[in-house]
Amino acid sequence: MVLAMLCAGSAAAQKAKAQNVPEIPYDSVPNFIKLPANLYLGEAMGVATNSKGHFYVFTRSANTRLFEFDQTGTFVREIGEGNYGFEFAHSVRVDSEDNIWAVDEGTNMVIKFNPAGKVVMVLGHRPDAVAGMLATTVGPAPPAQKYLFGRPTDVAWDPQGNIFVSDGYVNNRVVKYDKNGRFLAQVGSEKAGTGQNELTLPHGIAVDAKGDVYVADRSNHRLQVFDNNLAFKASYDNIGDSWTVCVSPGPHQYLFTSNSNPNGNGPGTWDNTGEIYKMELDGKILGRFGHASKQPGGFQVVHMMDCRNPNEIFVAEIESWRVQKLLLKPPAAKLSAAK
Amino acid sequence: MRVLICVLFFCAAAGAQDIPFDSVVNPLNFPASITLGEAAGVATDSKGDVFVYTRTGHPTISIGTARPFAHGGSRLVEFDRTGKFLREIGHESYGFLVAQQVRIDAQDNIWAVDQMSSMVIKFDPEGHVQLLLGRKSESETVPARPLDAPARGGRGPAGAGQQSDIFSRPTDVAWDAAGDIYIADGFGNSRVAKFDKNGKFIKSCGSRGAMQGQFNSVRGIALDAQGNVYVADAGNKKIQVFDGDGNFKSQITGVGAPAAICISPGPRQVLYSSNSNPPEDIDSNGEIYKLDLSGQVIGRFGMAGKLPKEFSAVNAIDCRRENELYVGETGNWRVQKLTLHGK
Repeated sequence: MVLAMLCAGSAAAQKAKAQNVPEIPYDSVPNFIKLPANLYLGEAMGVATNSKGHFYVFTRSANTRLFEFDQTGTFVREIGEGNYGFEFAHSVRVDSEDNIWAVDEGTNMVIKFNPAGKVVMVLGHRPDAVAGMLATTVGPAPPAQKYLFGRPTDVAWDPQGNIFVSDGYVNNRVVKYDKNGRFLAQVGSEKAGTGQNELTLPHGIAVDAKGDVYVADRSNHRLQVFDNNLAFKASYDNIGDSWTVCVSPGPHQYLFTSNSNPNGNGPGTWDNTGEIYKMELDGKILGRFGHASKQPGGFQVVHMMDCRNPNEIFVAEIESWRVQKLLLKPPAAKLSAAK
Repeated sequence: MRVLICVLFFCAAAGAQDIPFDSVVNPLNFPASITLGEAAGVATDSKGDVFVYTRTGHPTISIGTARPFAHGGSRLVEFDRTGKFLREIGHESYGFLVAQQVRIDAQDNIWAVDQMSSMVIKFDPEGHVQLLLGRKSESETVPARPLDAPARGGRGPAGAGQQSDIFSRPTDVAWDAAGDIYIADGFGNSRVAKFDKNGKFIKSCGSRGAMQGQFNSVRGIALDAQGNVYVADAGNKKIQVFDGDGNFKSQITGVGAPAAICISPGPRQVLYSSNSNPPEDIDSNGEIYKLDLSGQVIGRFGMAGKLPKEFSAVNAIDCRRENELYVGETGNWRVQKLTLHGK
């Protein structure tokens, strides 16, 4: 009885999801990643491809580490070993010049590596160890500062190279910097909120070719769209909880968002979470794929996606410690049953 | 009541002339196994070798024991004048936690100042530990002991610390011609401590405050050829000048909040002082001043930012050559080699 009430409560918090969405069939490439002996993935937080088809995985193992693999999934090298900004991986993204950007929510840093793997810019500041551990904040977060993050989550760029950071678990905002790291604007603040221009745990971010900004507003059970100056444009709230977003490149861009199953796999959660939506940028849902499962082909808390090729999706999963490469097929005529 | 006379008061900066300069960003080639994090300290020796004391890797508190113990987080590396990596010094040293500064003395000994272990470690030119000042706390207090807490067993005015070599977040080291050692101590204490060249404690001066002879945060220290001691106090926005016995002589203001300072060698010495921005704000401050030893500003250069020729949280300046500086930044993870132009 108590359980039923809890489930009802949790379902009520989420907005109604889209019905009769076409199911997109796909295959997961078996045993895709080939790691050398004595190298392991932990929680796979970030995955991103570069223009050559190599991909990067940002993982929480004994230390947080950043690995590069080639198109075949063969290990190439490690980037940033012993980096001062690596404590608790959250996201990796690759910009249009193949620079690699790592977002670490343990050090509150966003670190830009050039394609050779050298640090060329850092955003944020790691709190000095000598200041000691800060007690977990109880009560309201202190005012958000222009150049400091509170557990940042993701990074994206517009065609001009302006930088957008979703920030994050402590702050609830998106910050825009110019390409040299100077603060320009923000939407949201340190405070969580449910209104337009308010965010509650912005957890992922992507920018389209026009410069519009797509934000996974995870704990608000929606995806918000802002223009390039971070003014509100739209809210998509029929796709479950938006954990992470991806916008594919090319003349016809698609938007992907994951309604990831919650960590811990509470009773009943697999019934209405775990799927990824493929959408037009204007919010029209084209199809959905995937489901919560611990087996290959299913998803265990998708944390990030790469959609450089909209028919070849890389997913990084927290609770299966793996990265999968998915080959999407044309949608089946059959519609998925409404759940 | 004692009347202070002959207090020289310099009010410098506004309208100071810009010094043109060029920069090479990250002229030092780190090996793959060591990454440059926050460049807290940078210094050259008489051969032109460059030493960097950097906050890198994983500062660690180990758990599952009776008390939390701190390990790692900083490394000291040496390069030749062309930027080629030569060696690491003090690998996994017990005292390397949060790099604060590195300085090279007249005999090319390498001195590392660590803010968290509160130690000053002297390595001989071969890289062997030769003298230790201070002692690392056996275990860490979590959360950290507040900055204004009295030093362990301390007595005396607030922030003055003990009359001993127990430091609290020290920041810098310098020497006089006799080899006597002066420690800027620091963030936790607000004093300068003096030792003889063998490390025997002589005296310490200063306590927390804004009066003459008092300090807020003692961020940097440098001596001129006459043995005058220049103490950079960012919190009080001034450099105070003392004689070798700690008697106040003069002060320099109007150069922002002096953090890193350096005095060049040679017959005509100059003083560099950085008005370092904090890493959380790159929209103001950040410039470096060049002054003569009387405190007159010769010029200024740079501003806060992330581009080449901009600075973020400069923590170290090496000025062994007057117009060829190495600058270490903690807001940007980099070392810049600057060439100053003009007269």
